Amino acid sequence: MNKGTSPQTRSRPLITLHGITKVYGSGLAAMAALKGIDLIIERGEFVAVMGPSGSGKSTCMNILGCLDTPTAGAYVFENVNVEKLTRKQRALLRRHYLGFVFQGFNLLNRTSALENVELPLIYRGIPVAERRIYSLRALETVGLKGWEKHTPSELSGGQQQRVAIARAIVANPKVLLADEPTGNLDSVCSREIMEVLVGLNRDMGITLCMVTHDAHMAIFAKRTIHFLDGLIDADEQNHRV
Amino acid sequence: MWWETILLALREIRRNLMRSSLTILGIIIGVAAVITMVTLGGGVTAKVTSDIAKLGTNLLLVRPGQGHHGPGGTRSTADAFEVSDAEAIALEIYGLAAVAPVASQVVQGIYGNENWSTTVMGSTNAYLTVRDWLLEKGRTFTDSENRGGKAACILGATVRKELFGGQDPIGAVIRLGKLSFQVVGLFAAKGQSSFGTDQDDFVLIPLRTFQRRIAGNTDVDRIYVSARDGMSTKKVQRDIEALMRERRHIVHGDDDFHVRDMQELLSTMTGTTRVLTGLLGAVAAVSLLVGGIGIMNIMLVSVTERTREIGIRLAVGALERDVLMQFLVEAVVLSSCGGLIGIVVGIIAAIVGAHFLSVPFVFNPGIVLISFVFSGAVGVVFGYFPARQAGQMDPIEALRHE
Repeated sequence: MNKGTSPQTRSRPLITLHGITKVYGSGLAAMAALKGIDLIIERGEFVAVMGPSGSGKSTCMNILGCLDTPTAGAYVFENVNVEKLTRKQRALLRRHYLGFVFQGFNLLNRTSALENVELPLIYRGIPVAERRIYSLRALETVGLKGWEKHTPSELSGGQQQRVAIARAIVANPKVLLADEPTGNLDSVCSREIMEVLVGLNRDMGITLCMVTHDAHMAIFAKRTIHFLDGLIDADEQNHRV
Repeated sequence: MWWETILLALREIRRNLMRSSLTILGIIIGVAAVITMVTLGGGVTAKVTSDIAKLGTNLLLVRPGQGHHGPGGTRSTADAFEVSDAEAIALEIYGLAAVAPVASQVVQGIYGNENWSTTVMGSTNAYLTVRDWLLEKGRTFTDSENRGGKAACILGATVRKELFGGQDPIGAVIRLGKLSFQVVGLFAAKGQSSFGTDQDDFVLIPLRTFQRRIAGNTDVDRIYVSARDGMSTKKVQRDIEALMRERRHIVHGDDDFHVRDMQELLSTMTGTTRVLTGLLGAVAAVSLLVGGIGIMNIMLVSVTERTREIGIRLAVGALERDVLMQFLVEAVVLSSCGGLIGIVVGIIAAIVGAHFLSVPFVFNPGIVLISFVFSGAVGVVFGYFPARQAGQMDPIEALRHE
């Protein structure tokens, strides 16, 4: 997975889902959230995931984010079979290769923006001085230079989401997973957040996968996937103006 | 990483300062109680030891009757000693500093309008040596007073206070029972013994005077024997036993006298106070456990409250172990803080308590260390369950938690 990998692994897609199903409950109460998903995401893609509530898109995101395990099917991340990993190994995968942005921001209260951004680096065992440098850089990337000392309650929703994005990218993840990142924001803030995300994808080459309800946000992505009743209903490339 | 985990824990504790203080109150009280009890117990032991050492650890007490008291004891039927027994001990046993035969009786002491019931002891000047008495004023008995059975007496500080108040008693004549005695000396006060009796409540008169004028016989109740420094009291004890058996014609069977070594008494007494100290300490330790349960309770609440935070940490790559350690360290830091405060409170309480009980304050670093380690251990034991719960949370559920 490092730079010197063989051409064979290089040619592999970043993410491959094959026949992924997810069933909640058992017996008569069993409810299939995913009914066999096949999906390939290449490096550098920006995928928007759309679909009505209960269509399985959030479940799919949780599986992509290694927060949840599929009932059946194969999930290959680069050349790692994720469905075979232990809980601890999945946590390590999250730590080193994934970044998360949530609808509800999920920042630590009463903790400064800088400290929130530093959080993933702490678990990577990065020394304090370096942590500070990386975190300030990440905050600068999302346009929050000078807001380091503010706590979430002192920031606007858009700013809070930007802190969350800074936190997600500070450890240089391969994939950034965003679950309705603009769901709690007004249209102006949403547009700003989307521009930050597009910038990350374009300038830093981060692979992005974003769940959204809003077609206006989906058009920022290069590719849109529609979920319906636990299956992929449509998968199309966007042609931005 | 360790240092950061501790800093994080401290910050979390500071955020909920009120709750944290109430949580550790149990630990504070527990540790303080243990330290106070054990330190005060140590003080009492030290006082008993020093009191008995004041009697002289090379002191032996020879009394008629068998050593044990209570039912089965035959002391009352045993023959009393005589002065000749004391003289024989002084003459024939090697390595003695002084031998003091003593006979005593309670009589009424009268001076002017004052009267006071006290113990009159008949002995020789050797009594001052064996029991380590000093004179505050006046003199000891002269040879002629001793031999001639003259009516001279030396007062204990309590008797002086009761009969003379602040007046100088030297040269005054007091009545002891039906007889008049001239006061020739005054003992320096010793205060209460560790058994709670007033050591200063007695009057010393020459033994011969006591036998002739008060008791009307030649009996000696007990003989104090003081061994020279460096002499084995065990050997002196055996020699005295052999001598007394010979003099009292005991060939076989039970001795009708006994020799008690003060060293023995010392170890019995300190043994008793140690057991009591241990018991009190153990009772106090129970409150430490209760404090630990308080910590577990609050940690469980804290874990529930911070479910979302736990979810965030797990999502950004914290391992189960990282989260578990975070909460465990928090519990340990909490209980250790309680331990530290408890140590300070306990030492202060022990100093104050020692002052009121008039026992010495004996700092015991061992118990301070033990109770600190124990308070930390309480944090580990009672913090583990909540911390494990935190670590095992499902990140998706935790993130959804409101």
